[in-house]
Amino acid sequence: MTKLRKLSLKVSAWFVGCLATMLLIAPDLVLAAKKAAANVVIVADTRRLDGILLWWAQMYNDSHLYFMLLTIVIIPATGCIFGMLADLVMNHIGIDLKHRKAAE
Amino acid sequence: MDWLYVLMPISGCTVFWPGLIILGLGVGIIGGFFGMGGAWMVTPGLNILGFPMAFAIGTDVAHMAGKSLISTMRHGRFGNVDYKLGLTMLVGTVVGVEIGAQIVMQLERLGSVDQVVRWLYVVLLILMAWMVFHDVALRKKKEREAAAKGEVLDEKATGLDWATKLHAIKIPPMVHFHQAGIYCSAWLPICVSFLTGVLAGILGIGGGLIRMPALVYLVGCPTHIAVGTDLFEVAISGLYGAATYTLKGRTELVAALIMLIGAAVGAQIGAVATKYIKGYGIRTAFGLAVLGCLCSVVLKLIQPYFPAYSGFINGVSTVVVLGFVSGIPIYIAAKMVHGAKQELAEKRRAAQQN
Repeated sequence: MTKLRKLSLKVSAWFVGCLATMLLIAPDLVLAAKKAAANVVIVADTRRLDGILLWWAQMYNDSHLYFMLLTIVIIPATGCIFGMLADLVMNHIGIDLKHRKAAE
Repeated sequence: MDWLYVLMPISGCTVFWPGLIILGLGVGIIGGFFGMGGAWMVTPGLNILGFPMAFAIGTDVAHMAGKSLISTMRHGRFGNVDYKLGLTMLVGTVVGVEIGAQIVMQLERLGSVDQVVRWLYVVLLILMAWMVFHDVALRKKKEREAAAKGEVLDEKATGLDWATKLHAIKIPPMVHFHQAGIYCSAWLPICVSFLTGVLAGILGIGGGLIRMPALVYLVGCPTHIAVGTDLFEVAISGLYGAATYTLKGRTELVAALIMLIGAAVGAQIGAVATKYIKGYGIRTAFGLAVLGCLCSVVLKLIQPYFPAYSGFINGVSTVVVLGFVSGIPIYIAAKMVHGAKQELAEKRRAAQQN
């Protein structure tokens, strides 16, 4: 085994060790930050809302976790739907959307 | 004209929705073209539209995730995304951003770091602008020299070439990134993404603005691949950011969805425009966007030193940001329309000949 290879293995082991340590420490740091943020509570005012917006605001007030889960499902799903719709329009115009000439 | 305003269910503010669509369209074009999230434009833009700052950042991150996904899909079909490189860099980015954020937290305990961070941002932007324009100048010089010899410069030739020297450092494991056409040590993209991640974490930005030039100048990606691969990373990190901000209750999904309507169209325009503009056209426009960002940061930075003129400086800052948000997308959209017209005309001509 060459010296370089040994050195690279050592560096890799050090990097993986640092990563594992950080992952172990990180939750504590996050929880420490959460303590300070916990003093601020934002509540959605539902008095002027109705229908789906009322349901959405109520869910926000009830559980930020469900609110978060639904948000991270809705955002990429909407992105994909809008992306495909825009694709259809571009294809309809007749632009070649599969090839491009590589040049700097 | 009440129908032009929509009540945001979480923040409780009433927002001019066509403004959200226009903002989404503008940053969608810029994001799809340069491969960045554009938080430096969206956050003040949302603030101008009446969003409280706490919601502006979370909403921006949420919309950025969706927009970048749309752009990544488009760039992916053009073959502009090196997924292997993107995933490799993601490791360094995540660790780097976390360490950068922790550095800021540690520094905050010692005293106010806001000014230091902003000045660091200014220095970084100046360096990036210099790097881009120096590279463009070098490439033009090479073109002139080739023309003087009666030759044509290779289409893939670049001005600055630091990547070749970095590729020569052969620390195992060596990896072949086929789409980008790069053979280098896996440590190169990991270290580069780690450094850009630390900087992004310290500066509190998404990182696309730093990562795109880093991919080009340090990793050695062709410009188009750098844009697509960076967008792939922005989409993933944006989704992670959206999750964390939403968990803290700082995301206005309704606004993010309205912005996505404009961003969907914009992202397609920006991504398709890269087909008609060569790599150095993208690099030059990127340099201009960096200058716009620099102006906006400097104007914010000098405000406390001139309290009597703070209103005026704030106004100028708003005009500068809005000017870039509208000017650059108009230029990109015009190039895209021009290129598409030419392509369609050629297709028609070819069909008539057949």
